[in-house]
Amino acid sequence: MYAKRIIPCLDIKDGKTVKGVNFTNLQNVGDPVELARQYCKEMADELVFLDISATQEGRKTFVSLVEKIAKNINIPFTVGGGISSVEDASALLKAGADKVSINSAATKNPKLIEELKELFGSQSITVAIDAKEINGTWRVTTHGGTQITERELFSWAAEVERCGAGEILFTSMDHDGTKRGYACSVYKKLLEIVKIPVIASGGAGSITDIADVLSEKGCADAALAASIFHYGEIRIPDLKRELKKMNIPVRL
Amino acid sequence: MIGIIDYGTGNIKSVGNALARLGAEYIVTSQASIIEGCDRVILPGVGSAGMAMENLKRSRLDKIIPALTQPVLGICLGMQLLCAHSEEDDTECLGIFKNRVQKFPEIGKKIPHIGWNTIGSLKGSLYTNVKQESFVYFVHSYFAETNQMTIATSEYGIRFSASLNEKNFFGCQFHPEKSGDIGEKILHNFLSNNII
Repeated sequence: MYAKRIIPCLDIKDGKTVKGVNFTNLQNVGDPVELARQYCKEMADELVFLDISATQEGRKTFVSLVEKIAKNINIPFTVGGGISSVEDASALLKAGADKVSINSAATKNPKLIEELKELFGSQSITVAIDAKEINGTWRVTTHGGTQITERELFSWAAEVERCGAGEILFTSMDHDGTKRGYACSVYKKLLEIVKIPVIASGGAGSITDIADVLSEKGCADAALAASIFHYGEIRIPDLKRELKKMNIPVRL
Repeated sequence: MIGIIDYGTGNIKSVGNALARLGAEYIVTSQASIIEGCDRVILPGVGSAGMAMENLKRSRLDKIIPALTQPVLGICLGMQLLCAHSEEDDTECLGIFKNRVQKFPEIGKKIPHIGWNTIGSLKGSLYTNVKQESFVYFVHSYFAETNQMTIATSEYGIRFSASLNEKNFFGCQFHPEKSGDIGEKILHNFLSNNII
């Protein structure tokens, strides 16, 4: 039975987890490695670590953190945040990450996807796409939704697949942070456009929201969320038990 | 000592990390004399069959590996290389497992098969204390057909060999090093004294 994936996303700044975390049995909530291990125990299917460090120093810390994570967890993980070159991606994959997630750099230079595919294979490349709906068109954005590009979501998704991405992580900037559910209809449409797996991100507020995007309504392959997991609003084992009751295939 | 065969393909590190978590000592090497002296040998693999076989031939590992008598585990592409032939680049492989490796047919499933899937029909010492229908992590576009050497199966549109065994040779199509506690259990079984 092929399972839908549940993916907690951790924001990392200067080697530390930034979002407040509500794990009662954790000694150091700022320690990404300890948090990652906890998520593994709770049957997270994959983890995503996004580096939001603004400094060169912070970036270096991230590479050594990735090495430490790779030593300590036994499930696949993706790293992203500010990857702009083959060298950036290569350093992170060599440090032990299973996949890299690229975003702004890909919109500026789609060739980067092709180069990474040649070097590391599609399975190690996730392209993250942020978009918002403007006058009825889904426009690709960068810099946390503040910069709107000329690209249109669906044609960009198709191009990303052609270039050799292994997976698309689509975040609706209109839904992100609202906790009112994922952009289900957009995910459903993406299913018609691309054949590679699509990870849903942005808008999770409840178990029902996650069930919706993974079921017929959204048809996404995986659901990513940050705050609802970090703040303990939804525990992954509870979530998975509920999804199973709704006949959504999950790893338990 | 466990030898991880280095033949120029990616992500060998995660196998080493998994062995370290189990407290096992390992060495990453392409040297025949070292490989032959190891208690266990792992043939990992990410990449394409054609290039991987070329690399093995260049270092004469295509002759060394089939002659090994200690337990050998091929992981993912490593397992496919232990099979007879791969459709990928129309490659003659090492021929220890008699299976042929084929591309997943286009039947409405996303390819590659990436993610968690269950394994069943588990047989033998590699799966001691592993429950039927356990979830493991797969990443592949080609699969080995099932035959009498199959010791675990999985289904993704079609039924295929998730694991193979012939004498001292074992193969896992999935990545035990990325398959959570179940994967660790399987690696632990491979390291245990009564594996063969």
